[in-house]
Formats: sequence, structure tokens, C-alpha cells
Amino acid sequence: MSHDEHGHHKLTFWEKYIFSVDHKVIGLQYLITSFVFLLVGFGLMMLMRWQLAFPGTPIPFFGNLFPADLAPNGVMSGEFYNALGAMHGTIMVFLGVVPLAVGAYGNYVLPLQIGAPDMAFPRMNMMSYWLYLPGGALMLSSFLMPGGAAQSGWTSYPPLSIINPGQTLWLLSMVILITSSLLGAINFLVTTINMRAPGMSLWRMPVFCWAQFVTAVLLLLAFPPLEAASVLQLMDRVFHTSFYMPKDLVILGKAYAGSGGGQPLLWQHLFWFLAHPEVYVLVLPPMGIVAEIIANNTRKPLHGYKTMVFSMVAIGVMSFLVWAHHMFISGMSPALGNFFLVTTMIISVPSVAILTCLIFSLKGASIRYNVPMLFALAFLPLFGIGGLTGLPLGLTVTDIYLHDTYYVIGHFHFVVVTGSIIALMGGTYHWFPKWFGRKMNDTLGLIHFWGSTASMVGIFLPMLFMGLAGASRRLYDPTAQLHNLPVQGWNVVSTISAYLLALFQLPFIYNFFNSLFNGEKTPENPWQATTLEWACPSPPPHGNFAKTPRVYRGPYEYSVPGRKTDFWMQTDPS
Amino acid sequence: MGQYGWSLPVAASSYAGSIDFGLGLIHAAMLGIFVLWGAFFIYLLVKYRARPGVAAQREEHGSGSKGELKSLIPDIVIMTFEIALIVFYAIPVWSKIKANVPDVKDPVRVEVIGEQFGWSIHYAGPDGKLGPRKIDLVHFSNPIGLDRSDPASADDVVMGNEMRLPVNKTVLIDLMSKDVIHSFFIPEFRIKQDAVPGLKIPMWITPTKTGKFEITCAQLCGFAHSLMRGDVHVQTQEEFDAWYKSRLATIPAAAAASNPSEDF
Repeated sequence: MSHDEHGHHKLTFWEKYIFSVDHKVIGLQYLITSFVFLLVGFGLMMLMRWQLAFPGTPIPFFGNLFPADLAPNGVMSGEFYNALGAMHGTIMVFLGVVPLAVGAYGNYVLPLQIGAPDMAFPRMNMMSYWLYLPGGALMLSSFLMPGGAAQSGWTSYPPLSIINPGQTLWLLSMVILITSSLLGAINFLVTTINMRAPGMSLWRMPVFCWAQFVTAVLLLLAFPPLEAASVLQLMDRVFHTSFYMPKDLVILGKAYAGSGGGQPLLWQHLFWFLAHPEVYVLVLPPMGIVAEIIANNTRKPLHGYKTMVFSMVAIGVMSFLVWAHHMFISGMSPALGNFFLVTTMIISVPSVAILTCLIFSLKGASIRYNVPMLFALAFLPLFGIGGLTGLPLGLTVTDIYLHDTYYVIGHFHFVVVTGSIIALMGGTYHWFPKWFGRKMNDTLGLIHFWGSTASMVGIFLPMLFMGLAGASRRLYDPTAQLHNLPVQGWNVVSTISAYLLALFQLPFIYNFFNSLFNGEKTPENPWQATTLEWACPSPPPHGNFAKTPRVYRGPYEYSVPGRKTDFWMQTDPS
Repeated sequence: MGQYGWSLPVAASSYAGSIDFGLGLIHAAMLGIFVLWGAFFIYLLVKYRARPGVAAQREEHGSGSKGELKSLIPDIVIMTFEIALIVFYAIPVWSKIKANVPDVKDPVRVEVIGEQFGWSIHYAGPDGKLGPRKIDLVHFSNPIGLDRSDPASADDVVMGNEMRLPVNKTVLIDLMSKDVIHSFFIPEFRIKQDAVPGLKIPMWITPTKTGKFEITCAQLCGFAHSLMRGDVHVQTQEEFDAWYKSRLATIPAAAAASNPSEDF
């Protein structure tokens, strides 16, 4: 029952928590949902890791729960392994990290940091979430379809993806998820451009806002080609067109019925035209989070604020010119390889600049070692490994050998897991007091931090060694190939580390829910920070600020000489 | 088994050395960069930890300031290294290995055709001509659909998952696929190339060591992808010739064709 009171509409439970148009509720909806998807994607990977470490042995505990066609006698089948692989990648990228980095953190923090009462289009914001959730559910439901889920890798290269089961639902779900992302991207752009509080000039925006802004541009420009490409692949599957199918295919001894005349490499170009900018979508918002946490806990301005912003913009532009470095040995003209080699080396320049600025920010600091800061600091060397291992992959010649080996897997997991996910976890500890007015427990936080970083390195470092020994990725049974046998032990190390990583997430999950109710109560600005999200109550009420805030200075005015406190808030008129 | 270990497998082709050189150089540089940065990072973490009574020091600001310029040094060093790598290493070696096929006299000519889940190796034989293939001839007993009635096929040999090559002789390969994308990978030769249906991709190898090596598929190609493997035997020229002759003798059409009374 709802009634009007002084023109205010009292919200029902459904309007307030389920179909909410408040950016903060939507942000938290994204947060919970994407963390759940991260857990699901991680769970799929733990099953795969059993098969990789102990190929051909029954999966313990869970093996007999699977239907016999997926795991006869508890031993995973090749089809099931490939389905788990494809879904792990898809879920982690499209349903886990991106919605967490953009949908959750962007939605909740961006409007607060620019002093806006909400996003520019609150209803569209709600629609983004309500496309994302069913899109994700549709993706997961494909496991229940006859033949199982998609099993052609998250990259879905045709012709394999056209003839394999499961792909139709994957494509439909992708179209829905991409639509959701596009709506979100437009919303973020309009919000950042139009909704900034008075005095919040572009050069006074925190680095996090810039990161979200560049990310939104990337999403807006990179996703439409993949959406179109997915529709074409759907046509090839459902209506037997031949956008990607060449002529004279003979599949398992039978001539393929389609007309032919298509080009499998076309998909790869369209896919990577999205998927490379997508890497920066995965990385830029976490970099923004790291910058916020570092500025706050070094108690000094960031080193090279403008350099970092220009670098992010440069990364954004360049990320559209490097896609075919994923395709050096795909059969495209080798002459093109030289062009993409050069652009790839160019894009490393702004990335190095951002890391350099973050490290130089520590110089002259007074570093507070709290839990979010530990996550932000761990990001630097571990993401550094991810960046460095990109070098031999981006170089045409050495990529001949390393392409499609475990080296690639190690490289991008260092970037996305010990980079992005570490930063995103740190962000939860950092903004939890704002979201709920309470603090997460420090001891549990420390256990979570040290356990997680150590086991992540234990998972991914062995992959680099396996890759150098020539072990290929996506092998259901690595021991079927002789040259993998000497390095099989690394697979065991990696698998045990993965199970430890799962174990170390328990304190985090417990800490999160327990702190919601029992955490230490915190004031409005517990970290003594300078940016606008700390200038409103925790949690902020509907509309965020009691009256429109006015911004007087840049985002990181810490330790200004002659002032009583070591932080000078952006809204402080004195 | 001796050729496999914890690091790179033995280098057994003419260009394996130059790829290994790059891998070694880049990894040495990576390790150097990581150790230097790591040491500097730990120094900063210890030196600038929060201590009572010590406030953080703000730096001089503005573009062009000393601190700003100093932070460009790592970028300049890394950029210089990368430019040198591109100009003196990547572009020349890439053009030798991938962009061009060497112009050699009397090469071994081979077609390699991938399918779910195996490799067919089709030798052109002494005449250097690959016999034509026809899709309607594809059959369990003739997986690549070789047209034996054509004179060019007369001295052709087709092998399944077994490749034999004479040592120190250049092999020119046309790489193809019948169904989905595969990737032809021989770790010891440091060669990898995707086989794409609808495309004929030229590649080359000069094996430099005799022995038995492994052909694998490096691109996900279906449920039995990991089982898609074969062997390469690198032999002396004499052993190779003897083996080729013995294979030819098993093919009735080819045996007839090699009869000198018939003209081709």
C-alpha cells in the first residue's frame, strides 16, 4: 500500500530493493550478482583443474552428481571439459569482472564522486541490470540444454562454434548482455558529462571517474561490432547462412550442407576488435580504484595526475588499433603482423606510465598500511608481471612459439586476477563503510589478503613455466602429449593453489555478511579522504547530498602545509 | 623423451635458435626490470611507512617539473628497448620465418591437412607436384580425397599422423583444414601456424636434428582436441629415400605409375 505524503511517494519493498532506480541500490545489486557469478565461474574452473592435475580420475565428492553423459563414472568427458572452459571464460569476463568493475563500482561511486544525485537516466540504469541478470541466467541455463553449454572457447571461433552444441544460447545471451552494457555505457557518459556538481571541472574529477569515463567510451564503441558479429553467427547456426563458413567443408566424413563462401577469419577480426578494448575495460576501472586507495593512504597527492589521465585516454584510443596481435599466426597476412606489432608496443607506453605514476606516488608518502591499501599495493608488482609477460606475446616472432600455450593463460590471469580482481576486492574494503556505515573486520581482511595473493601466484606462475615448455591451452588431457609430461607436476601445484584460493575466500564472504550487521560503526569519512563520496552520510540517502555540493579544488589535496588536518576535502569552502 | 624438460624443448629447426634468442633476451630483460622495480618498490614501502610525527611530503607540481620528468625515465628506457627489439629483431626474423618462403632448389613439397582429430601429410614425391584433391573422393580410405587418376598423383604418398623428413633439407608446406580451425605445432621446431578451412597457408621448416618429435594441435578443435597428435621422424636423406620408396610400393596405382614404360 502506498500513499502520497507531501508529494513524496513512499516506496514499496519491490520499488526500493528489487526494481529500484536508485544508482546505489542498482550498484549493490550488481555487486552481489557479479560476486556470485565470479564464484560460479571459479567453481567451474575448480572442476577443470581437477581434470588437468589428475586426468582420467573421478572428480571427488561431486563426480557422481553429474549426469552420465557429462561425467561417466564421475570422470569428466571431453565435451564437458570444453563446456566448462568456454563458460568459465565467458562468465568471468562478461558476467563477473566487467559488471563488478563498471556496474557495481561505477554505478555506486561515480555519481557520488562527481556530486550527482543519481545517474542521468535512472530507469535505463535499472534496465541495464534487469537485462544483465536474465542474460546471465540464460547463459547458465545453457548447461541444462541437450548437448550442454557452449564448448568452443569463450572466443567461439567458427566453424567449430557453428557445428558444436550449446552455442545458440551463448549467442542469444551475449546479445542481451551486450545490450545491457551499451545502455550502461551511454548512461555513464551522459552522467559524467552533464551531472557534475558546480565547480567539478573535468580536471578536478578523481582518477576513478576518468577511468570509468574512458571505459564507457570503449564499451560504447567496441561492443556493437561484437553484437553484429554474434547475430551473424546466430544466422549461420540457425538459418544455415555462411558468413563464416567456407565452401567444401567435410565434417567427420560428411560434406557440410551450407552453401559456403564465408570466411572464418572474419569472426576473429570482429571478435578481437571488441575483445582487446574489453581487456582495458577489465583493467582501467581497477586502476582507478588503486589510484583512489593509494592517494588516500599515502596522504599525499597522486604523482602525475594528468599524466595518468592522458595515459588512460591514450590507452582508450590505441586499444582499437591492436586487436590483431591475437591473430599473428591465425593465417591473416603476415605483413599485417608488423603493423599490429608496432601498435602493441606503442600501447605499452601509457600502461607503463600509469604504473610508474602509481609507484612514484609512494615517494615522500606517509603510508597507512590498512587492508584496502595492501590490496592496492599488491596490484602494482602482480599486475606488473601481467604486463611484462605480455611483451613476448606481443612480439610476432616469440609469439609463434608461445601463442595458444599456457603462457598466454598465465599472462592474462596475472592481468585480470592478480590485477583487476585484487583491486576490486580492495575496493570492497575501501568503500564498504560508505555502502553500509560499518567497517569490515581487519583480521579477517588480512587473512583474506595474504591467502588470496599467495595462492593466486601459486596458480598462475606455474602456467608461465608450462607455457615455456610448450604446453598448449584448452587440452582436456595434457598427458596425451609427450612434451607435456615433464611439466605435468606444475598442473598439480596450480590445482592445489586454486583450491587454497577457494578456501581463502571463506573469510571474505563471512566478513562481508557479518560486517553488514556486526561491523564496527563508522563516521561519514572514516578514511579521512578528500573526494565527494565521503562528504555525504554513510549510507547516502536517496538523492545522495542534502544540498548540491560545491567543489573548490582538485581531488587529492592531502598534507597541504599550514592546515590543521592532513586532508582538504573537495567540498571544504575554507 | 630426452628432448623435453622443464624449459624449452630441444631446438631442432634452422630458425629455432633465433626464436630462442628472443625468448631468452626478453625474459632476461623482464626479470631485470622486475627486480629493479621490485627493489625500488620495497625501498619506498619501508622508507615511507607512516611514523608518528612525520608528515607526508607534497611534491613540486605542474608539467615539466623535475619529478614529472623523472617519472618518464622508465618509459623511455622500456620504449628504447622495444624499438630496438622491433627494428633489429622482430621485423627481420618475422619476415624470414613467416612472411616469406625461402627460394630453395629441390625442396620437399608437402601438403598438411588437419581434420577432427588428426593430421594428413600428403607428399608431392620426386616430381614435386601435388596431385589434385576432390571433395567427392573423400572417403575413409582416402581421407584427403586424392585423385589417383591424375598423373601428378602418381608418386604421391599420404600419411596419417606420421611425418618423415630428411634432415637439413627445406620442406615447403601448404597448410589446410577440412573442417574447423586447427593449429600445426611442433615444439622442437618452434613452429606454429593455424590451419584454416578455405585457406591454403604456406609455411616452411628446415629440420636440423635427426630424431622423433611431436606434432600437436594447438587450437581448440573439439572434444578430442588433446588427442590430435602425431610424430615427425627426422632422418638422413638415405633413410628418408628408402622409406619413401617402400611407401610407394604399397600403393598399387603408384607402383604402376612408376613403371618406366608408362609415360608421365
